[in-house]
Amino acid sequence: MNSLFEYVLRLGDDSLILGHRLSEWCGHGPILEEDIAMTNISLDLVGQATSLLGYAGELEGKGRDADALAFLRFDREYKNLLLVEQPNGDFGMTMMRQFFFDAYRKPLFEKLQHSSDKHLAAIAEKSLKETKYHLKHSSEWVIRLGDGTEESNARVQESLNTLWRYTNELFFTNEVDAELVEKGIVPTMQEIQNEWNATVTAVLNEATLTIPTNNWKQEGGRKGLHSEHLGYILAELQYMQRAYPNMQW
Amino acid sequence: MRDINISELERKFQEKIDNDVKIEPNDWMPEEYRQTLIRQISQHAHSEIVGMLPEGNWITRAPNLRRKAVLLAKVQDEAGHGLYLYSATETLGADREETIDDLHSGKAKYSSIFNYPTLTWADMGAIGWLVDGAAIMNQVPLCRCSYGPYARAMVRVCKEESFHQRQGFEIMTQLAQGTPEQKAMAQDALNRFWWPALMMFGPSDADSKHTAQSVQWKIKRHTNDELRQQFVEVTVPQAELIGLTVPDKDLKFNEANGHYEFGEIDWTEFWEVVKGNGPCNKDRLDARRKAKENGMWVREAANAFAAKRAARKSA
Ligand SMILES: [Fe+2]
Ligand SMILES: [Fe+2]
Repeated sequence: MNSLFEYVLRLGDDSLILGHRLSEWCGHGPILEEDIAMTNISLDLVGQATSLLGYAGELEGKGRDADALAFLRFDREYKNLLLVEQPNGDFGMTMMRQFFFDAYRKPLFEKLQHSSDKHLAAIAEKSLKETKYHLKHSSEWVIRLGDGTEESNARVQESLNTLWRYTNELFFTNEVDAELVEKGIVPTMQEIQNEWNATVTAVLNEATLTIPTNNWKQEGGRKGLHSEHLGYILAELQYMQRAYPNMQW
Repeated sequence: MRDINISELERKFQEKIDNDVKIEPNDWMPEEYRQTLIRQISQHAHSEIVGMLPEGNWITRAPNLRRKAVLLAKVQDEAGHGLYLYSATETLGADREETIDDLHSGKAKYSSIFNYPTLTWADMGAIGWLVDGAAIMNQVPLCRCSYGPYARAMVRVCKEESFHQRQGFEIMTQLAQGTPEQKAMAQDALNRFWWPALMMFGPSDADSKHTAQSVQWKIKRHTNDELRQQFVEVTVPQAELIGLTVPDKDLKFNEANGHYEFGEIDWTEFWEVVKGNGPCNKDRLDARRKAKENGMWVREAANAFAAKRAARKSA
């Protein structure tokens, strides 16, 4: 197996699918400023997906470019986290999902910007700048909603309870990671997880939210086994490429 | 006594306008000028925001990553335009949320073009090319509008609109040069958007209520019919260039005067859509109302949080 291809594909698919989800908000945000902010984050993620999937295509060496990878694979071949394909729900759900993701991506890109793989390091360095802003934005909203009104606290606590089961998969590793860690290309997940725990604990405390005791854990996305939601995402995402194959747009 | 003062103020006000001195928020202005501007600018702001919906409709289905990013950026620009324009109405003493509630209640209007559905990807091309193109025709003269904040907002907006127009035309060009399916898709989009785009300039001069006073105040510099004509002059050759046919059997170039002549607009359709009977009026307003209603708890939370923080700081 081409481990670096697989690893970069995971990163690219996370950006692609989360960017897709956020773009569903466009025109429907709770406040105009947040409509703009979510569209902006979506745009950053689509940009990251373009760079990452483009690089994955090069690593694979079979002539597939970013668009071929984004639009022409079957569901089992997408390696994104289950977390990022979960429906938007209300604004609080979207912010909680984003917060869990950003709190993981920031330390990951911080480490990856020093990767011995120069191309990956460059993408990580650029994406890190964006991710820092995303994390600031999502943490602030989690805190505001958690420590806002009784209603907002209840709603966002419910979102936390719903999404918590998908957070363990953020730290999924298999032989792909083992090989790349060994070669010094990627960091160990343990480092990322420690920082994620610290960020999440601090923010959820400030937000006066309670971490669920239920440790029920869901995983599958990294292996290509997704929730029912991904199929619908792909139906929309791939519609044009499937309906009108082999055309330039 | 009071009457004399007012007419003196009005005289000075008109003198400034005649000398192209900008009116600024703290300057004296006739109440009718203020109200006309609030109505015009908020209508413009609403159009930007409602206009996000027909294009937002295709973001998740954009055909490739580059087009997706460009479309996202475009719709985000429109939201930004809405923001500057709502801010401009606030300099005139309007309240942003009240203005938005007038949109939601149906009291305030927005551009009727957004009450037409976007059925295919080619509509993203047609909207950029024709709708942003028509918006530019309307808005470039507003960069010299007598009210300072509006004029300055328009300078920034127009730069972005012309970028949108070029991107739209690029999409259409790509399709028109593509496969037969793509070319048919482009032609179909032009067929559906051509007439509504011409209607964007508003009723013909004979039926337009506000023009004369607005021209005197330099809130408007050209009549609806003049702008519509200018749009036709510019756009028809572009359609020809990429091999698409403008859906108007009466369209012809008058060699004698060097201008295009075009067919009669269906004003019945125009007024029906203005009244709320277009294909998507209800969907558009429902979507905007729903966004606000679903966001109420978020606003309340943000306000409550800010109040708590402020209290903690002062304690
Ligand atoms: Fe605009
Ligand atoms: Fe535009």
